[in-house]
Amino acid sequence: MSETALAKDTAPVLLEVENLAVEFDTYGGIVKAVRGVDFKVDHGETLAIVGESGCGKSVTVQAMMGLIPMPPGRITSGSARLRGSEVLGRNRLNSKEIRGAEIGMIFQDPMTSLNPTMTIGDQIAEPLQVHKGYSYRQAFNEAIRLLGISKIPEAARRAKQYPFEFSGGMLQRAMIAMAISCKPSILIADEPTTALDVTIQAQILDLMQDLQKETGMAIILITHDLGVVARMADEVAVMYAGKIVEHGSVDDVFYRSAHPYTLGLKKAMPTNDPSLQHKLLPIEGSPPDLFAPPPGCGYCARCPYAMQLCNVRHPDDFFLKETHFSRCWLHHADSPNKPQELYFRDKE
Amino acid sequence: MADLVEAIELTRYFEMGKNQRVHAVDKVTLSIGEKEIVGLVGESGSGKSTFGKTVVGLHAKTSGTVKYRGEVLPQKYQPADFQRFATKMQMIFQDPYSSLNPRMTVGEIIAEGIRLHPELSAADIKQRVAEWLQRVGLQANHMSRYPHEFSGGQRQRIGIARALILEPEFVVCDEPISALDVSVQAQVINLLGELKDKMGLTLLFIAHDLSMVRYVSDRMAVMYLGSLVEIGKSDEVYFDPKHPYTEVLIGSNPEPDPQLERSRPSTAIQGEIPSPVNVPAGCRFANRCPKVMDRCGIETPELIALKTIDRQVACHLYS
Repeated sequence: MSETALAKDTAPVLLEVENLAVEFDTYGGIVKAVRGVDFKVDHGETLAIVGESGCGKSVTVQAMMGLIPMPPGRITSGSARLRGSEVLGRNRLNSKEIRGAEIGMIFQDPMTSLNPTMTIGDQIAEPLQVHKGYSYRQAFNEAIRLLGISKIPEAARRAKQYPFEFSGGMLQRAMIAMAISCKPSILIADEPTTALDVTIQAQILDLMQDLQKETGMAIILITHDLGVVARMADEVAVMYAGKIVEHGSVDDVFYRSAHPYTLGLKKAMPTNDPSLQHKLLPIEGSPPDLFAPPPGCGYCARCPYAMQLCNVRHPDDFFLKETHFSRCWLHHADSPNKPQELYFRDKE
Repeated sequence: MADLVEAIELTRYFEMGKNQRVHAVDKVTLSIGEKEIVGLVGESGSGKSTFGKTVVGLHAKTSGTVKYRGEVLPQKYQPADFQRFATKMQMIFQDPYSSLNPRMTVGEIIAEGIRLHPELSAADIKQRVAEWLQRVGLQANHMSRYPHEFSGGQRQRIGIARALILEPEFVVCDEPISALDVSVQAQVINLLGELKDKMGLTLLFIAHDLSMVRYVSDRMAVMYLGSLVEIGKSDEVYFDPKHPYTEVLIGSNPEPDPQLERSRPSTAIQGEIPSPVNVPAGCRFANRCPKVMDRCGIETPELIALKTIDRQVACHLYS
């Protein structure tokens, strides 16, 4: 443990994203989908990016993977460094070395993310042939082994089947097998269990955790389900309207929520504490229009504590401790209002 | 509480040719009291949506009966039956994107049911639609817009207005919130709760989100592969499940509490829900059950009432 800690200090962080911004040209104008996102993730860590649909969480990782169609998309600023070397804006050929090899990705809907005209085994074998130069036979045998690791029964027979012959949970396992085929150092999972039942979700989450323990890969988990976050994450970044509004360890974000949006999300969900019969408190209104994002805090139109300042100036980063920050003016020393339910730096 | 809706051994099979049939709903008996909210949970493919649709008559019944205030409903609905029962029973659908006709305006969609009432003039209908748009939190001038101009949460509100404008007594809500974001889910749930209180509605709330079902419903029924395995008061079922499947289902439901999640062991079970075409003999859950016994593969357990608590369970552990 101490050895790896030492190595961490000297080696560059596995993945570091800084000030990433992505825009899309549409008929209605320019959508500013991601407006300056920073995060980093290291070996063996799980970072969860949480937010509502349209908050930019998927676009953030798609930009890193070079999956944004350009045009209409555009990365307007920022950098993403994998072990210190830049991965954004490389041309197609170079991005292939990263995509699938260094960073594996699994998608939300396994039914539409796989090629219906190729067998499962061939699809898993493909990255091995491309990235590792395996022969078809070698790659196919490796595919069978990977299906076994992903706990698909009768892997040899299953590898010769097509996606329509698999259930949703099995397809997600096949996708995980494909994503880990080249032993990536980062696995990006974009809503991996949203389309699955809770029992299958539990199996898939267990599988991801087991693989992480074995290989030490980092996981970036994109989800809107706070339950999944609580089960999986070490670090949590809460995104709203294209920006991260709160970031910290999973315990800090859940038990010491410092942003009104995080708190709003928590209060909108039923808790399972039998002694607590609270009423669901929805967040009224809807997210801001990202064609013309507000100059101030993106959340201020829905925030119960919004002040005049919130409308005009984007909040600074207020650190509650070294690894936990909230972008909310309430944390400013001069803020007149310090709501009880929020966590503040001096509160203990 | 008098029972408003009663399903007795309700069965719905789908023929697949070659003597194969999907046993979507198999002899389900469930009664719903007046002004009660019953939550129906289960994995996809367990037949919960088919059950809901069969109860309101959108599917013909293969066998079994549905009673509404003691009256036996037709086995297969004719157009006149739909017209007659539409004012009493309505349905809210899962997908707010595909359940609204994109070529109709919101006003037309909401008014479609009420237009069948010849006693109402066009002006009256328009006024009722405007009223309902406001009741569900939209604006009267949204009437002339098309569904694509609305967000998912707003569309679900339109679906609610469409179902409730006829002032039904019984509404089947088929996963009304599963396509929505967390913050919007709460809006829709609170709206449903508010309207329920005002109109005295009885709801069958179908969902797979266990925490939400516990929050919303008075009683909870758990369905597995076409049959009910457990029925009881929501809180009691959630915190003290008796059937092994209910236990697994609730144990798999991740809770937004990191400390709790770290402390509890993984309850993931192997395997997936079997195909409803070849339903296994005996208990349908036997091949995945952590507490399986010899007789589970042979005898089918009946839904029996437990002696000690108010609960019905279909499991040999209790017989």
